Amino acid sequence: MLTLGLSIVSLARFQFAMTTVFHFFFVPFSIGMGFLVAIMETIYAVKKDKVYLDMAKFWGKIFLLSFAVGIVTGIIQEFQFGMNWSEYSRFMGDVFGAPLAIEALLAFFIESVFIGIWMFTWDRFRPGVHAFMIWMTSIGTMLSAIWILAANSFMQHPTGFKINNVTHRIQLTDFGAVVRNPQLWKVFPHVILAAFMTAAVVIAGMSAWGLLRKKKDENHFFKTSLRFGLWASLIFALLSAGAGDLQTQQIIKDQPMKFAATEGIYEDTKDPAPWTIVELIDAKDHKASGKIEVPGVLSILAYHKLSGSVKGMNSINKELHAKYDKKFGKDMNYFVPPKTLFWSFRVMTGIDALVMLIALVGLIFSRKKKDTIENHKWMLVVLGIAIWLPFIGNSAGWFITEFGRYPWIVYGLFTIAQAVSPTSTVASLLFSNIVYFLLFTLLGGVMVWYCRQTLHHGPYYEEVDSKQNVDPFAREAFGK
Amino acid sequence: MTLSTLWFIIIGLLFSIFLFLEGFDFGVGMSTRFLAKDEQERAALMSTIGPHWDGNETWLVTAGGAMFASLPLWYATLFSGYYILFLLVLVGLILRGVSFEFHKHAETRTGKNLWMWAFFAGSIIPPFFLCMILLSMVQGVPINANGDAFPKFFDVVNLLSVVGGVAGVLLSLVHGLNFIRLRIEGPLRERARKLNQILYPILFLGEVVFAVLVFLQTDFFTKRFVSSFLITALIVLFSLLGYYGVLKDREGWSFVGSGLSLSMVIVLLFNGLFPRVMIATNPAHSILIKNAANSQYTLTIMTIVACILVPIVAIYFIWSYSLFTKRINPRENAVKY
Repeated sequence: MLTLGLSIVSLARFQFAMTTVFHFFFVPFSIGMGFLVAIMETIYAVKKDKVYLDMAKFWGKIFLLSFAVGIVTGIIQEFQFGMNWSEYSRFMGDVFGAPLAIEALLAFFIESVFIGIWMFTWDRFRPGVHAFMIWMTSIGTMLSAIWILAANSFMQHPTGFKINNVTHRIQLTDFGAVVRNPQLWKVFPHVILAAFMTAAVVIAGMSAWGLLRKKKDENHFFKTSLRFGLWASLIFALLSAGAGDLQTQQIIKDQPMKFAATEGIYEDTKDPAPWTIVELIDAKDHKASGKIEVPGVLSILAYHKLSGSVKGMNSINKELHAKYDKKFGKDMNYFVPPKTLFWSFRVMTGIDALVMLIALVGLIFSRKKKDTIENHKWMLVVLGIAIWLPFIGNSAGWFITEFGRYPWIVYGLFTIAQAVSPTSTVASLLFSNIVYFLLFTLLGGVMVWYCRQTLHHGPYYEEVDSKQNVDPFAREAFGK
Repeated sequence: MTLSTLWFIIIGLLFSIFLFLEGFDFGVGMSTRFLAKDEQERAALMSTIGPHWDGNETWLVTAGGAMFASLPLWYATLFSGYYILFLLVLVGLILRGVSFEFHKHAETRTGKNLWMWAFFAGSIIPPFFLCMILLSMVQGVPINANGDAFPKFFDVVNLLSVVGGVAGVLLSLVHGLNFIRLRIEGPLRERARKLNQILYPILFLGEVVFAVLVFLQTDFFTKRFVSSFLITALIVLFSLLGYYGVLKDREGWSFVGSGLSLSMVIVLLFNGLFPRVMIATNPAHSILIKNAANSQYTLTIMTIVACILVPIVAIYFIWSYSLFTKRINPRENAVKY
């Protein structure tokens, strides 16, 4: 059979990574956009300041674009578990299906129905009532995040289950434990706050491009949007960093290997533990060299204390072998990909810090008393380029979560290699990989293009457009 | 009745509702090529389902989720067994899903055309291949002891599955035209009725061929003659009701009739499948509901959740339809798309 030297598992993994990462460009963006647009429309409903209505409408267009791509790439995910990971679906069905079905019933219906109402009823409802529709949509998107993360948290840290003796599959014993999973309530705030930050950075960045166009009638609009975006970027960058810190505490407990890899620690550290800024990782020999360290900081990061050493990957590997060899055999490799995790963590946290810094500088330049940001063209360009940062950061965070679970698909219970569909062939997987790749290139490109075009037209485009449509023979066509 | 049987019925119900609702979405999408004469009319057609299509598609997502949550072994076997066809369904749904927004933003003639064609293709591919999957599945396919399905080319592509796919497309088109008659006013509406006057006789012919092939190619009529016969009769009767509505210009009757015909196709298939979910060429490897089901505990939770949430969803879902009842005139009060 045609294999081209490719393995089914790696093709299936590549496809899952590609589809989820692409999907996850748009998910945080949509969740954040929905929330921020809802806030804009609410401010308009309360203060009746028209610029906030213009903002809700304009950023609403970007929201709808990203929502559309988010939905269609989301359907892939639901089908993909059955299509590529049928053994996983069989093994996990008793636990995994429920959150997924509840997600559909509780969240997808709310968001899909209310977004349909919201987009077509600008002229029909009072501002407050219309804002209610976008709030429902936004709540729907957040509920959806809770349920899919509940499913993912079980994969990271299984709770409330037993293994059925006859079928050797997972059996749910305590649904409450799945919902109360400590992983879930640590990861959800982190993800949702990062989502808000993503949208805020995009709003600030696109507003910066808008200001660079120097159109007088748009100045107030883009200035207000810029300040709104910068404030939200700063607040949510700070909060998501805080939430990430709380999540770290949980990871050290549940998945020590993941944590050790994000810090690139092979040997147990001194007490107090130094924090490595950068190092060279030798994944083959399980060694690291060329460390640049800051003494004592890792103890603070890991335990919020001034002392305490952190276990290294080598000793964790031994512990995992002792724990799992009976079930999975001696040949298992428990080292997660250390370079991916180490650098992903630095990219993610670095971007978060960078966003804080840029937002702070932007706010200082654009402060009301001495508003000089237009005079600092470089600052606007920096803000404009920063649009891409949160997307890279989100993907990096997702990499840590998923690669850090290696070699398991369900932590400690089921390996990735066990999970793949026995029906899969290299040919069919190669075909679907290519199809998805082409499709995503198209969707991503078109999406960016139309966002750019929307920005190019500016917020008052439609009003201009309708004036042009005046009947050429009507009185109005001849001016005053 | 056991909980697993209840969930088999619920999944059937979800698929029926999905076909009833998304059926007319698909039909409206197809009609952009068969019915509309210019870009303005195409955009008007698109706007009739603008607020609804996403909600309608959610019934499919829910049906898939419910399958995973209650009968995961069915979900695993079906989706992995029909890999390429599900991939094609996905490609269709993706093209269609983005076409609404992208078409709105396209400014050049080429751009508008491109996304209108994506809308058309995305409306014809999913119903064809979904019906093809279902009608290939009910004929029985090779399944091994682990429950993995390995359908060969002619298990997937054969007379019944192709006729089934075409019938699904045709029924959706007819249903979509009936929906257009409800939502549009002016000449476009009348043209939809005229087109359906031609399509219904073809549909009846198709339904007869379909029924004969189901009789020959599946064990539905040997295992459950009375119920299979009655449901098949209902499919035809509901189509007749739709035809009556076409002749008498009563679009309400037509819409209900064509929608229920589509739903009844699912009822026929689920009725014939029971108590199996996958039919194997070697009967010993057929997958039964009771073997595919989740634990009693999980099913109980899912039942409680569904009993609470489904009525709430139904209320705001129907309410959302009640907001958009004003007929659209392509030349006047259109159009966002």
